[in-house]
Amino acid sequence: MEPILRVKEIQKSFDGTGVLRGVSLEIHEGEVIVIIGPSGCGKSTLLRCINGLEKIDGGEIWLRDQKISGLEKDLHLVRQKIGMVFQSYDLFPHMKVMDNLLLGPTKALKRPPEEVRAEAMEMLKRVGLGDRADALPRTLSGGQKQRVALVRAMLMHPQLLLLDEITAALDPEMVSEVLNVVIDLAEQGMTMAIVTHEMRFAEAVADRVLFMEQGVIAEEGTPEEFFREPRTERARRFLQSFTYASARKLGKRPLGSGEQREEAET
Amino acid sequence: MPDLGISVLFRGINFQRLLLGLWVTLRIALITIGVSLVLGLLFGLLMLRKNRLSRGFCRLWLEIVRFMPQLVLLYLVYFGFARLFGWNLDGELSAVLVFSFWGTAEMGDLFRGALTSIPKHQRESAAALGLTRAQINRYILLPQTARRLLPQAINLSTRIIKTTALVKMINVTEVLKVGQQIIGQYYREPAAAFWVYAAVFLLYFLICWPISLLAGWLEKRYQDGPAAGAA
Repeated sequence: MEPILRVKEIQKSFDGTGVLRGVSLEIHEGEVIVIIGPSGCGKSTLLRCINGLEKIDGGEIWLRDQKISGLEKDLHLVRQKIGMVFQSYDLFPHMKVMDNLLLGPTKALKRPPEEVRAEAMEMLKRVGLGDRADALPRTLSGGQKQRVALVRAMLMHPQLLLLDEITAALDPEMVSEVLNVVIDLAEQGMTMAIVTHEMRFAEAVADRVLFMEQGVIAEEGTPEEFFREPRTERARRFLQSFTYASARKLGKRPLGSGEQREEAET
Repeated sequence: MPDLGISVLFRGINFQRLLLGLWVTLRIALITIGVSLVLGLLFGLLMLRKNRLSRGFCRLWLEIVRFMPQLVLLYLVYFGFARLFGWNLDGELSAVLVFSFWGTAEMGDLFRGALTSIPKHQRESAAALGLTRAQINRYILLPQTARRLLPQAINLSTRIIKTTALVKMINVTEVLKVGQQIIGQYYREPAAAFWVYAAVFLLYFLICWPISLLAGWLEKRYQDGPAAGAA
């Protein structure tokens, strides 16, 4: 089957520093890919290039049979098909929750407000915010805001949803309420490209994991392969940085790599 | 009961004269505020241009306005232009010119500040929804800019109203000048000066205080809260 998105050898640099150095990937309908990697590896830039917030310096991006890189005038039409949610709370602070939700569908897609309102209400209830339709964003918690932002993106009926570290600015106890919504979307068959630092979530939601480092995709595989037995040394080191070990509790090591355990035993 | 002098205010048409003077004050202030608002928006947009020439030009204008006492500017235009170019500008016109020159730069800087204080995520998340540039301006940037600008613009307006008291120095008969004329007529009653100035003060206060309250109320009402920026 033809992929929804094809990224071919894209390049991007800021002030002469290569941030993306030849990245290629394909996403198929209903597929969820998770992109992980150390800070500055280019994963957020990759998402921003896909929906045209950054212009690429080389390569091509295709959405189904339309080349979307290099577009100037009709960029907004492409963005109507690609949803994106960011790290920071980017609800429009001067609008109530419902008005935030209605803006895109009614102004960009010109859908009748009443029809969208009913759908928006339905989705708000689904994410547990049915009673907050008339609230102003500043009265919501961070987790609630991000759930609203997800609903806002979904109401555009995007072909592809990009999530750029959407829980990175949240207090830990709010992370799961947001990520559960994402898992719910995945189960409904939404096609997504997700950048995250939440490894357990990545393992749970991904069909495919891409590990990026220094502007290239260094490794790619199913979550089972990648998290159990990363093939590259760089990925192994990256995953290790998420585990902690204390010399006081030798022998009770968390799930690290095999090597480390051998070292400890000798 | 001895006459403390307050009756001066109500003798003849004195009070009406003060009100008439106040109207001159307000007329100058209102025209200035209107001109500053319109030209200030243009000035703000000019300041945001990438072009270094237009930014430099605005910078220079703003610095002149900030460092030059208004009174000196008034003299420069009212007396100086007459000597140098033979333009005998009417006092009120000179005042409007000078205050608008000042108000435009200040209002422009406030506008620029309000617009640039909107986090870039706002534009980006609106763009990500597939809105056009015009729609982003109309639904996202303009309303938020207006909310940030309004309280500050109102404060600037009260400053403009107060500063109009200077125009008496270039022979415009506004409220303060009228007051002094009245005091001059009653030089035999020394207490008159106190009551007339008190009345002028009260008139300024009655105009500026509600405006300032409005600004404070708007500021509170439009606060987006600290979470808007995000940690």
